[in-house]
Amino acid sequence: MAYNWNWEVFLQPSATGEGTYLTWLLEGLKWTVTLSLTAWVIALVVGSIIGVLRTVPNRWLGLLAAVYVEVFRNVPLLVQLFIWYFVLPELLPGAMGDAFKQMNPLAQQFVSALVCLGLFTAARVAEQVRSGINSLPRGQKNAGLAMGFTLPQVYRFVLVPMAYRIILPPLTSEFLNIFKNSAVATTIGLIELSRQAQQLVDFTAQPYEAFIAVTLLYLMINVIVMFLMRRLEQKVRVPGFVGGK
Amino acid sequence: MYEFDWSSIPGALPLLLKGMLITFEVTMTAIVVGIVWGTLLAVARLGHNRVLAYLATAYVNLFRSVPLVMVILWFYLIVPQGLKAIFGQNMGDIRLTSALVAFALFEAAYYSEIIRAGIQSVAKGQVSAGLALGLTSGQTMRLIVLPQAFRNMLPLLLTQAIILFQDTSLVYVIGLSDFFGTAYKVGDRDGRLVELLLFAGATYFVICFSVSRIVKQLQARFSR
Repeated sequence: MAYNWNWEVFLQPSATGEGTYLTWLLEGLKWTVTLSLTAWVIALVVGSIIGVLRTVPNRWLGLLAAVYVEVFRNVPLLVQLFIWYFVLPELLPGAMGDAFKQMNPLAQQFVSALVCLGLFTAARVAEQVRSGINSLPRGQKNAGLAMGFTLPQVYRFVLVPMAYRIILPPLTSEFLNIFKNSAVATTIGLIELSRQAQQLVDFTAQPYEAFIAVTLLYLMINVIVMFLMRRLEQKVRVPGFVGGK
Repeated sequence: MYEFDWSSIPGALPLLLKGMLITFEVTMTAIVVGIVWGTLLAVARLGHNRVLAYLATAYVNLFRSVPLVMVILWFYLIVPQGLKAIFGQNMGDIRLTSALVAFALFEAAYYSEIIRAGIQSVAKGQVSAGLALGLTSGQTMRLIVLPQAFRNMLPLLLTQAIILFQDTSLVYVIGLSDFFGTAYKVGDRDGRLVELLLFAGATYFVICFSVSRIVKQLQARFSR
């Protein structure tokens, strides 16, 4: 196979004149990481609320949370992203919709991807939180109530902290998923890692190097997240409980 | 306020149906190849051959750490170029082929993890009993362990199939006209993107929600 390997391509000045092609890669990495981490915050917050609502003794709140989870789990991520990006600005009341459309393109792409990825992952986090709370012995809740805690206090001080420590392993895999899922943002033009891989193919004529480098960066993210979460798991593991699943 | 106009959908139904067939084709191929290849990987990982076990583990971990979008692009932009350099011919429209290959190989990694857990859920005594009866280890795996494992993991395999069905929409990145790709194109053509995207979302929801209900019933029947 007559292919000219040329790893030095990353040190060449880029087509836009700003920095080298390596700068492009790092730029992509930056957006992938920023998007994933901020979306993860939304996912944790919203996911915890929805997960708790699914377990509270109130039919309407439970139903509401169940509908949320089913909707976000049964529509493909790509379709959700396009709905946030193309549909929502049209449906928003005039001024808000216009304000969104007047933001700079990068901000539009980022906000849509952020909300989409955050709320999508929240549905998955909610399921984990629910199963974590349900896996706790009933006595924990009753003991809390018997101590004179109100129900919200029982959740806040007893159930949710325990549940989090138990569900950390499955949460780790959701955390890894959010980095992988962030690649979907390439479809609306956000310049994250997988977009940069395609750009490098177009601009450098060194497709193998570009794709291998980007794949390695994804592997690296994976390894780092896994390493950090293992450390965290060891730290917060509840003695006597078999973690997760 | 936005004014909805759903009139472009009825006329586009034949096109959308054609797209849905491609979606199903990719999904079914990935399920069948994924389960067969995934079973081989799982057996290799649990087997006695160190080298095979190592290779299977590396394969599964590699595919599970990379986004599906990247895998689809690999098999569309990169692998065919290598093949062209070897065979030196024009291969025509490779979008469907590369999507089929990408999904099959990608899903195999996920299926193999489910199947591995399924195999491990079969009681150890079953293997010993098989060996004691004079079956070879291959026969024990094929005739005793795998049938029970598959029964245990049927709900999980189906759940993965639902996820896979949703993920096929990502062939959008290589411009293949599956159900979603068609919906987008029609919406773009008629200037009715809002309606078409909502219609696509609703269709996916109805299909996936119904199938997941069936899976839940199946699960309840099995756990009894």
